[in-house]
Amino acid sequence: MINFGYSISRPRIIDIDRNNLRKSNEILLEMPELQTCIGCGTCTATCTAGNLTEFNFRKVHTLVRRGEYQGAYEEMNKCMLCGKCRLLCPRGINTRGVVMLIKRKLGDF
Amino acid sequence: MKHIIVVGGGIAGMQCAVEAARGGAAVTLIEKEGDTGGKLRNWHKLFPTFTPADEVLSALRHRLAREENITVKTDCEVTAVTPRKVATASGEELACDAVVLATGFALFDARVKEEYGYGIYDNVITSADLERMFNDGAVKLKSGGAPRRIAILHCVGSRDEKVCQRHCSKVCCVTGVKQAIELKKLFPSADVFNFYMDIRMFGPGYEEMYREAQEKYNIHFVRGRISEVSPTIDERLQIKAEDTLTGRPLKIGVDMLVLLIGMKADAMNASLEEASGLRRQPSGFMQPRDSFLGNVESGAEGIFYAGAVTAPKSVGESLNEGTAAARAALEWLGATHKIDSQR
Repeated sequence: MINFGYSISRPRIIDIDRNNLRKSNEILLEMPELQTCIGCGTCTATCTAGNLTEFNFRKVHTLVRRGEYQGAYEEMNKCMLCGKCRLLCPRGINTRGVVMLIKRKLGDF
Repeated sequence: MKHIIVVGGGIAGMQCAVEAARGGAAVTLIEKEGDTGGKLRNWHKLFPTFTPADEVLSALRHRLAREENITVKTDCEVTAVTPRKVATASGEELACDAVVLATGFALFDARVKEEYGYGIYDNVITSADLERMFNDGAVKLKSGGAPRRIAILHCVGSRDEKVCQRHCSKVCCVTGVKQAIELKKLFPSADVFNFYMDIRMFGPGYEEMYREAQEKYNIHFVRGRISEVSPTIDERLQIKAEDTLTGRPLKIGVDMLVLLIGMKADAMNASLEEASGLRRQPSGFMQPRDSFLGNVESGAEGIFYAGAVTAPKSVGESLNEGTAAARAALEWLGATHKIDSQR
């Protein structure tokens, strides 16, 4: 068969109705403080891993909260647990704890 | 005795009338509706303390009733204002020594933002509708059922050039968080999503309430403005927005959508500008003489402003301005009186 080079793009939309929010709810139940994130990006600005790789802690945990788990575990593995983000978070979120929790909950995803 | 006419029987006008009467003036409070209280009459609870609006209103009414030198004229519409005379729609002309304009604001008509489906789809309601539902104890879907998922949209008719409302209405953010908490208290198992452009928690206790909404009530905040609402086959509403913090489009089905409608300038402001020589801001709200030292002065001698006639304001701010305008008017009358006696 002739290959015309067409392909189907996967929709980029976050579909809350289709996503299974069970894991997300478990994570938020264990660490409700994660919900107080105001998306300021200080964690990502100071992130050692984020300055050298594509890792964006704020974005990954926000996606996890929306039920987008694909690749989150692998992303969180880029974190070196240096803890600078926790020192700076204006909402006092235990960001390192969030990394560990997401890895624990999504390790088998 | 000097005579002050206060135009507008909302909270700013009521407070102003009371303070002016206490200061020794005879006051006429003119209200176009059948009762005093203004927009607060239809409100349920006030942020951030969840104080019943009725509590504030009955206290104000009580103060008003206690003052002997206040005449309240309801069902009376004002058409033109000069410092010495107020004309009404019935052709009456009331003489006075100073005027305080406390004519307030108008609520944005959500039907103008057609893409949100207010007046088209069931279960798209405004924040004002929701307050009425709370008051009636009847927060429910059109079908009578309880909502399982609710979206609240911030900035409807605010910060939107497309509907000629560039200004921020200031109080809707706080109201949105307050209503989210109230809905969550009413329907603990429901999910509540607030869609916002910026969250502006400018007053004492507001930021704390926001944090409580996030942490204690599990209310979801999505930074992104809803682009459109469409009906689904199972009679729900589908919402599209961008989740700007992840940079991805997002869609979600909800049972109820609450539109946080903004405060727009009252239509009367245009005629005030024309008939009374007062200035308006580009937003349509009246322009005070000075933003720092002349907030309740109009720039025209003997005409003063109180409350949301000059900008969107919270209940507390409007009440403060009622007091400030009364003091400014009394002081001005005292000054003119002195000048008169010197002559």
